[in-house]
Amino acid sequence: MSTTEDLYAGTSDTTEGRVFTVTGQDWDQIAQGVAEEADERVVVNMGPQHPSTHGVLRLILELEGETVTEARCGIGYLHTGIEKNMEYRSWVQGTTFCTRMDYLSPFFNEMTYVLGVERLLDIEDDIPEKAQVMRVLLMELNRISSHLVCIATGGMEIGALTVMTIGFRERELVLDLFELITGLRMNHAFIRPGGVAQDLPPGALDEIRAFIALMKKRLPEYAALCNANPIFKGRLENVGHLELDGCLALGITGPPLRAAGYPWDLRKTQPYSGYEDYDFEVQTWDTCDSYGRFRVRLNEMWESLKIVEQAANRLAGLEGAPVMVADKKIAWPSQLAIGSDGMGNSLDHIRHIMGESMEALIHHFKLVTEGFRVPAGQAYVPIESPRGELGAHVVSDGGTRPFRAHFRDPSFTNLQATSVMSEGGMVADVIVAIASIDPVMGGVDR
Amino acid sequence: MTEEHQGADQPENAPATLDPEVSAVGERHGMFGVTGSGDTSGYGGLVQPIVFPAPAHRPLEGWHEDVAAALDTALADAGVAHAVESVVVHRGEVTFHVRREDLPTVARVLRDDAALRFELCSGVSGVHYPADAGRELHAVYHLLSMTFNRRIRLEVTCPDADPHIPSTVATYPTNDWHERETFDMFGIIFDGHPALTRILMPDDWPGHPQRKDYPLGGIPVEYKGGTIPPPDQRRSYN
Repeated sequence: MSTTEDLYAGTSDTTEGRVFTVTGQDWDQIAQGVAEEADERVVVNMGPQHPSTHGVLRLILELEGETVTEARCGIGYLHTGIEKNMEYRSWVQGTTFCTRMDYLSPFFNEMTYVLGVERLLDIEDDIPEKAQVMRVLLMELNRISSHLVCIATGGMEIGALTVMTIGFRERELVLDLFELITGLRMNHAFIRPGGVAQDLPPGALDEIRAFIALMKKRLPEYAALCNANPIFKGRLENVGHLELDGCLALGITGPPLRAAGYPWDLRKTQPYSGYEDYDFEVQTWDTCDSYGRFRVRLNEMWESLKIVEQAANRLAGLEGAPVMVADKKIAWPSQLAIGSDGMGNSLDHIRHIMGESMEALIHHFKLVTEGFRVPAGQAYVPIESPRGELGAHVVSDGGTRPFRAHFRDPSFTNLQATSVMSEGGMVADVIVAIASIDPVMGGVDR
Repeated sequence: MTEEHQGADQPENAPATLDPEVSAVGERHGMFGVTGSGDTSGYGGLVQPIVFPAPAHRPLEGWHEDVAAALDTALADAGVAHAVESVVVHRGEVTFHVRREDLPTVARVLRDDAALRFELCSGVSGVHYPADAGRELHAVYHLLSMTFNRRIRLEVTCPDADPHIPSTVATYPTNDWHERETFDMFGIIFDGHPALTRILMPDDWPGHPQRKDYPLGGIPVEYKGGTIPPPDQRRSYN
């Protein structure tokens, strides 16, 4: 069958030259077709549907042979208007939307939004200690699961399938913990303005301790598989090079910045949620390349594990303590109960509002439907997400809904480094360079 | 002020006068987001001003004053002494309202001056205030000085009729995509941007979705014969 008759991978002549549509396995035809052209220059559209582009990312690569001369990103394929939608929901409902942005680090999305709302409400100092510790615990578990996916998918893209399978194996353990604590594996909407939605369920601390013990055995496997592996190092070293000044100019934060040797971590430099009380180190590397970013992430998982351990110990001493701010005009009155089919309504609360107190019913109804009002103003409280500085610019006009919520997502900003990291390199290294940024398109496009 | 209130001829239930220390950017009518006869609660005639935190008086407190003073000196040296229109301090965050024509100079000074050193820009965030006549579109920049561990915010406005703001890409290359996003979502044209095109919406998309006059675009939901309008057309609290 000649290429021109192939319905899905045909060729056509345009004013810009011949266009080939490739859906996989037909590189011979392309190679033949290109050999007929005198010009070596090829423009390749990689994506938006391509397993190696971490979701729906479109790369427009200009190639000379196998060397990339220009690389551009096309984004927006996953734009769902989350920021616009938030303007039509109450302040509490906002967490349900923003948790879906960067789907690998949902707790961080919720956290930065909630911190902004709490600053506008001026209740930052009133958040109960247990809520703060639970937030830290969940965020650090989330950092581990997010870094695991980064390393797993990054490994898969260069053919290290074992790294992928063990990465997802461990991530599953973290998701099980999330399910136990919040009722959901992803999209939790668990961190709410004023605290967290619910107390720790019974037995959660034991599960967390078991997880810590298991991870201490399993994390060394990644180091054993990758750190000194000549193929792994050959693919990652000196790929996606970006120095410190380039990082600052392009606004790159997170592991790429720390792999350039700068120990900038908002958990240390501008602590929030009580991070100053935990003992951990900021991990850096000095190679400015993909390998350095991998090592930073690997080491950060150890640090996160340390923080999880400390948080679990603190939670053991906080049994029964409140997890929501005391202000009844902000805290939802009901506490969800665990039933046979998961988290659900609390029968005690329903009995109270339906049978005992009319005022409690009115209060519940007003708080859930109308919500609370947030004083007019704007706030920006960034946090250190697994990918870098994640911040929500929260604007209120004094109403019951966000006037504007804009998320500065690190994936969006860091993805701008694609050109600098890939141009002049080989086409196969583009994948490694992008994997080292670890972009999550849900966060990029929002 | 207090003496006037205590005066015998002062009516007890007179409407409160607006504190001159706040800046109003519109009015809120009623309680439930409905107009006309839909509101039977008796609150339909309620009119409340929407007030935002007012400009602070110099000197500011703590390091805010250090930044403001250093910025004053550096801007005077750069020949744009009146670039900062006002400074707002709210909840511990400091916002400099900058004249739009001076934004590139201010950004360059903030990045390069030895006493300021705001090396990192966390991007641009647009806000649309339809009721803020003559300054409907705001562009908000969050700057971080890693040297001094400080954060400030710049706010620049432009009227809806002339939606132009100078680009800051020359100083902060990271704002390349952020300005494209703000153009895409609000229609603010950043003059001097290397390639100001849409970034999240398709290239041929009509309108700018994050503007307040752009509908949410939901469709009514039917359930057992009843119809629920999309969220932006529902009766709701405001």
